[in-house]
Amino acid sequence: MSVKTLEIDGKMVTGMAGETIFSVAWEHGIHIPRLCHIGGISDVGACRLCMVEVEGQRKLQAACLTQIEEGMVVRTDTPRLKAHRKLIVELLMAERNHICAVCVANGACELQELARSMGIDHVRLRYRFPVFPVDTSNERFGMDHNRCVLCTRCVRVCDEVEGAHTWDVFGRGAGSRIISDLGEPWGASESCTGCGKCVQVCPTGALFDKGKTVAEMRKDRGFLKYIVTAREKKQWIG
Amino acid sequence: MDRVSRRPRLSTVWLGGCSGCHMSFLDLDERLIDLAGRVELCASPITDYKEFPETDITLVEGAVANLEHLEHIRVVRKRTKILVSLGDCAVTGNVTAMRNMYGLEDVLTRAYRDTAAVVIGIPNGNGAVPRLLERVRPVHEVVKVDHFLPGCPPSADAIHAFLIELLEGRTTALQGRFG
Repeated sequence: MSVKTLEIDGKMVTGMAGETIFSVAWEHGIHIPRLCHIGGISDVGACRLCMVEVEGQRKLQAACLTQIEEGMVVRTDTPRLKAHRKLIVELLMAERNHICAVCVANGACELQELARSMGIDHVRLRYRFPVFPVDTSNERFGMDHNRCVLCTRCVRVCDEVEGAHTWDVFGRGAGSRIISDLGEPWGASESCTGCGKCVQVCPTGALFDKGKTVAEMRKDRGFLKYIVTAREKKQWIG
Repeated sequence: MDRVSRRPRLSTVWLGGCSGCHMSFLDLDERLIDLAGRVELCASPITDYKEFPETDITLVEGAVANLEHLEHIRVVRKRTKILVSLGDCAVTGNVTAMRNMYGLEDVLTRAYRDTAAVVIGIPNGNGAVPRLLERVRPVHEVVKVDHFLPGCPPSADAIHAFLIELLEGRTTALQGRFG
């Protein structure tokens, strides 16, 4: 495979052909914000937080889906990108009912941490306060749609790693919702193996272990690297 | 005292919140003594005032949940130079605003009919209790807010750091966090 050289935020970096801007940037210590990306499963470019400027291109590009090219000049942290990202996080906060103070994932939530890291101290948009259900029909886990950001990590990990494809997306726009099987309660799902991978990859408190109360839910993503390494290198190493 | 050398006037206001932010403020402990020397405390939820005084800095705890809050915060805004939303209820609506997912009528019925044991019936007001607003709102949806200090509650250290910065005239870029 050929090596490609490019510039990210004024820094000369190299990566293998086929790698994305996102992964090459992270390998070189440039941490582009993200919500839907998680190492080990495919990328969909759903959250738009990793948008970057590529010199010579009019439109912004999703770093997680754009492959590196020789001589590329990328900027990941311009005032324009920062403003866009801030607005995306505020839109997510206003779209559903994210009440950090009473959330199981308080203190370990990627959305909350994004807001903090971007210096978001209030949301300029009007909160929608939509009515969304909480599905607690599964024996061990719960799904609170109020806290879902529709990143689809759960959908992808269930399909690509567990191979069950219990989850999918129903509806359109702000009314979209993650469903199990064909819209049955999670507890009635025949395809769910109860592995809990979806719970661990969920960036917020939308998917959680039952029995956990405020700020008690902590996610363990170690398993994902373990399984993916085993699959790709045929070695069981963490 | 002349205008230049007088101590800044500080007030605190309690709207629809649990008083936790005020408790956190009191958690400044011995730092309160130092603070008391640097500001003139004008009004607080335990001050007996008829009219809200002219103030330099006002910290507001709580969301705008009823008519009384709405009228009060408008007066406070007019008489305050620097208005600060203190804590998640003021900043986001937080737990106080969780009733927004349901209609006001349903919420009142649930609280005063379905689950009432002794006096059953929705209080009709008569001036005794303020009328609830259809929708609970964060303070900045109602009046202009100059600074935001999120947290449930914001820690005593965060409140202290913020006040010191403000008193020393530095623009504050604090890393607050929801929740």
